[in-house]
Amino acid sequence: MSNSENQPLYAPQEPIFPRRVSGFFRTFKWWIMAVTLGIYYLTPWFRWDRGPSLPDQAVLVDLAGRRFYFLWIEIWPHEFYFVAGLLIMAGLGLFLFTSALGRVWCGYTCPQTVWTDLFILVERWIEGDRNARVRLWNAKWDLRKWRMRITKWIVWLLIAVATGGAWVFYFTDAPQLARDLLNFEAHPIAYFTIAILTATTFIFGGFMREQVCIYMCPWPRIQGAMMDDETLTVGYREWRGEPRAKKRLESTGDCIDCMACVNVCPMGIDIRDGQQMECITCALCIDACDDVMDKIGKPRGLIDYLALADEPRERAGNPPRPIWQHILRPRTILYTILWSMIGFGLVFALFIRADIDLTVDPVRNPTFITLSDGSVRNTYTVRLRNKHGEARDFRLSLSSDEILRIDLEGTARNIITVAPDSTTLQRVYVTARPQDPAASQDRTDLRFWVEDVQNGERAHRDTTFNGKEN
Amino acid sequence: MSKTETDEATGVDTTGHEWDGIKELNNPLPRWWLWCFYLTIIWGIGYTIAFPAWPMLSSATQGVLGYSTRAEVAAEIDRFEQQNASLKSALAQSDLTQLAANPDLQRFAVANGAAVFRTNCSQCHGSGAAGAKGYPNLLDDDWLWGGSIDEIAYTVTHGIRNDVDSDAHWSQMPAFGDILEEGQIGEVVHHVLALSGQEHDSGLAEAGAVVFEENCASCHGEAGLGDREQGAPNLTDAIWLYGGDAQALTDTVTYSRFGVMPPWGGRLGKADVNAVSAYVHGLGGGE
Repeated sequence: MSNSENQPLYAPQEPIFPRRVSGFFRTFKWWIMAVTLGIYYLTPWFRWDRGPSLPDQAVLVDLAGRRFYFLWIEIWPHEFYFVAGLLIMAGLGLFLFTSALGRVWCGYTCPQTVWTDLFILVERWIEGDRNARVRLWNAKWDLRKWRMRITKWIVWLLIAVATGGAWVFYFTDAPQLARDLLNFEAHPIAYFTIAILTATTFIFGGFMREQVCIYMCPWPRIQGAMMDDETLTVGYREWRGEPRAKKRLESTGDCIDCMACVNVCPMGIDIRDGQQMECITCALCIDACDDVMDKIGKPRGLIDYLALADEPRERAGNPPRPIWQHILRPRTILYTILWSMIGFGLVFALFIRADIDLTVDPVRNPTFITLSDGSVRNTYTVRLRNKHGEARDFRLSLSSDEILRIDLEGTARNIITVAPDSTTLQRVYVTARPQDPAASQDRTDLRFWVEDVQNGERAHRDTTFNGKEN
Repeated sequence: MSKTETDEATGVDTTGHEWDGIKELNNPLPRWWLWCFYLTIIWGIGYTIAFPAWPMLSSATQGVLGYSTRAEVAAEIDRFEQQNASLKSALAQSDLTQLAANPDLQRFAVANGAAVFRTNCSQCHGSGAAGAKGYPNLLDDDWLWGGSIDEIAYTVTHGIRNDVDSDAHWSQMPAFGDILEEGQIGEVVHHVLALSGQEHDSGLAEAGAVVFEENCASCHGEAGLGDREQGAPNLTDAIWLYGGDAQALTDTVTYSRFGVMPPWGGRLGKADVNAVSAYVHGLGGGE
């Protein structure tokens, strides 16, 4: 497809019937599928005790309450940089793996690949392996074909519903939502989200499959920029395999043109044509070819993870360089360093952040007022955050080089109770007596302190006091 | 002109149209695109029937669904009014001095009062309630007619020096330019400067004390502390509605200056009056 000269921008979809295969990579992929699907379906059901007034779901994205709970970590909207940091790490991680191992994300862990793999497994289980499926495809629409197709579609649909269903559990209390969903009492948005994700899973996994990777996904187009000659990708040792022939002679290469590698390919390509856009490096052709090489008594690795840089060496009859030499190079080391720096930064930020916090918003309309005794007063709106699961008493105070007095609106004390896991706005007045410098000085620096009465934990925020304009 | 031929390079027929030797290939629009296009036309016809669409001379067609964005906004406002109805009626009936005992109601009152203030009061008192020359600052601790929450509510309800509400605060300082000699005015000004602790001529101030006692003390008090019953300002403090220097005081005494405020009781209703009173009381000067 890719080496023909006049390529169309879009080629109509051709049916692909991947054959069953077994081997190291297939087994590895089964494990990855089990682990990733397990994580996806089970995560919302883990519980985590956070006290009486907070949700007990281990991983919860509470959009309505504007909180993100991950085990013992609770992210507030003003700490969104944690999420941004994680996304940057995910991006850099993808760069790292792509520059080292090509489209390893696509081939092993991308949801499109994992779910398509699962759907093909179902297809094979109901309709049989490649040859049976080809026959069924060409068969007339009789009762047997209808029966098999409908059975397959129903199983796909069940998987799709479970997929869409699992997604919504991340956003609200899972057991409660499950009950509501079954009683038809859940919010319409929940049903709507499930319906959309069911449709996309069913269509992408069942029918569009490789079309999603080739025409819809932007990632393959970006990946080219991250790969180079040292990147290990799935390739064909053309110098060893060619000239291919079904009948083996002295002059022929190792490839017996058995088409095993083509038949197992979920993307419907021939890896022997060289690296191509469609290849997601799922490595199933390696398993298929190794199996054939074993049978005909030739060494494994006719199709293998290769780096382009090794090709001249191998053509000259030398062995390829060891894998670590391909993987350890400035580019991957740089990605690793960047990735770890952000990771360390996030962990550091996580440990130094306080459970209490304040922000100060000086009222600047007006900047100051004069009281009847000539004192000058500034007003501040102080937002107090209590991230604890229970109500806390906060003591507000200030420190400054000049003499200033602090008063709170609505109370004669300087202690405020903040409800659990919430914020409170408090109007605060700071006054300078007429004889004190702060009253006549243009600006006076001051620092607001908030102290948790219970455990003495403190936080502060700097601001300024405006004196009377002269 | 309509002779179609097959293009060699692409294998596609031409439309038969030719302009200066340039021929057009007959590549029709994709079917799916055309069908989407037809669908949007059908959709558009249905839309113009169902919704307000065609402009007429003074209005537009109403649409069979009777939809209106204004009605939607009105319904939205109604919905919030209904949600707040219980809080509003509680606020209208509540004793304002006991408001602090009910934090939920107080929070609602202050938030609601802030909106009422910005809509109705900020034009004179400023959006930050700091007032301006002639318009009292509501943030400080100086009140002409009293700064307790009930007194604030009374002022808001009935207003000041208006002919509309017979219960409005009423008092008026005479223009002493017609009553006193120019010299006497100078003397009393220096006495007021002395009262408020400003720079003054003590000779003039002493003479002014006599003038003050005869003409001003009946309202402002002998010590110049003012009288809230009559809205007479305290002359000993640092706050001046029309300025406190010699020139400003001379003008005030000579010509007399006073402000007016409309009664808001009838326009806002009890709940909103209480709300805005709670808001103003909580700005830092409330007593």
